[in-house]
Amino acid sequence: MSKILLAIIHRDLLLAYRRRADVLTTLFFFVIVVSLFPLGVGPEMKTLRLIAPGVVWVAALLASMLSLGRLFSADYQDGTLEQMALAPQPLWTIVLGKITAHWMVSGLPLALMAPVLGLQFDLPPDALTVLVISLLLGTPILSMIGAIGAALTLGLRGGGVLLSLLVLPLYIPVLIFGAGAVEATMVGISPEGHLSLLAAFLIFALLATPFVSAVALRIAME
Amino acid sequence: MLEARTLEAHNLACQRGDRTLFSGLTFTLSPGELLQVAGPNGSGKTSLLKILCGISSPIEGEVLWQGKNARKQGEDFRANMLYLGHHNAVKEDLSALENLRIAATLAGEPLGDEQALDALDRIGLLGREYLPAKVLSQGQKRRVTLARLLVSRAPLWILDEPLTALDVKAIDLIQSRLAEHLAAQGMVVLTTHQPIDVPGITPRRLEMGAA
Repeated sequence: MSKILLAIIHRDLLLAYRRRADVLTTLFFFVIVVSLFPLGVGPEMKTLRLIAPGVVWVAALLASMLSLGRLFSADYQDGTLEQMALAPQPLWTIVLGKITAHWMVSGLPLALMAPVLGLQFDLPPDALTVLVISLLLGTPILSMIGAIGAALTLGLRGGGVLLSLLVLPLYIPVLIFGAGAVEATMVGISPEGHLSLLAAFLIFALLATPFVSAVALRIAME
Repeated sequence: MLEARTLEAHNLACQRGDRTLFSGLTFTLSPGELLQVAGPNGSGKTSLLKILCGISSPIEGEVLWQGKNARKQGEDFRANMLYLGHHNAVKEDLSALENLRIAATLAGEPLGDEQALDALDRIGLLGREYLPAKVLSQGQKRRVTLARLLVSRAPLWILDEPLTALDVKAIDLIQSRLAEHLAAQGMVVLTTHQPIDVPGITPRRLEMGAA
């Protein structure tokens, strides 16, 4: 089982590597959206510090959603998804592999880039650390929730817009606790509570979403 | 191979929209038999194959593998079956070799580089193994998919139009591979519009769209 998981992660990373432009688009989208705010709001340090957690997190939500459409649709169109559904391994393992690979190319880079972008908002070092931790915990949840939406809208016309309508409301708890952790740090409260809740969400999503996505994929292929 | 493997379709019915494509479809396929599903476009050949392999469910009836419901057996049934649909399931950005090896891993029969290269060589892709699939022709992409047949150990093959886009030489190769598989007590269900000539085998025919 872990063998197929690794094989799928390897395959999807290889595909992402061959299509580097797609991955970089998401990353640059994130960088540009976050960088527009200091330009638009003006150089008032106090305001910038205040909006920083929300801005970075909202940009991360949008960026990770941009790449969701690609999660299953290419495999659906060329028939690979049928082969995955008929593989002698449970489909949820394969889905988990695809989600992991998706996070590694669309979530992980965002978390790693965040401290550099946070500097534009004059965030103090401890807030930057918490920002990275919250993104490391939160972005996998975004990929997992997004996978359900991507599976449900598979093969629909105009699925992209529908996908964002489905998925964005579900992202709200992650946004609240992710941005909340950074805000808490800045006002001198421990971010532990927020981060623990994010971690709990992550575990719950890890247990539930691969199954749900797999069921949705089977329905889409009927 | 002592256990009696059979594939049975029992009273299958399929509906697309308001139209009933077929109903009351019953047959039994035993080891060493080839079933050719024939019929005009839109008569439900592909739908039937998808029901047999378990991607779709019939609105009535059931598919039995070794006497038990195939869909309920899940992974045990899928490990015994190879389905090649009319999509090639070939990734344009991966090479022929990578495509074959990943497809085999997915089917639970991982291949070494040498076995995979040998299969691609036999199917006529010598010298194209490392090219990305997007530069291959339609027929060559089909060959990448069909290379699976050369290495698969699954007893039941379900093939949707396996011979489209192939040249005469490749068709001969696939037909002789089918004969080999059937001689080893394998089973094949396939759709094709071309007359099929598998050495030593009289294919059973299932005419669709007659009902």
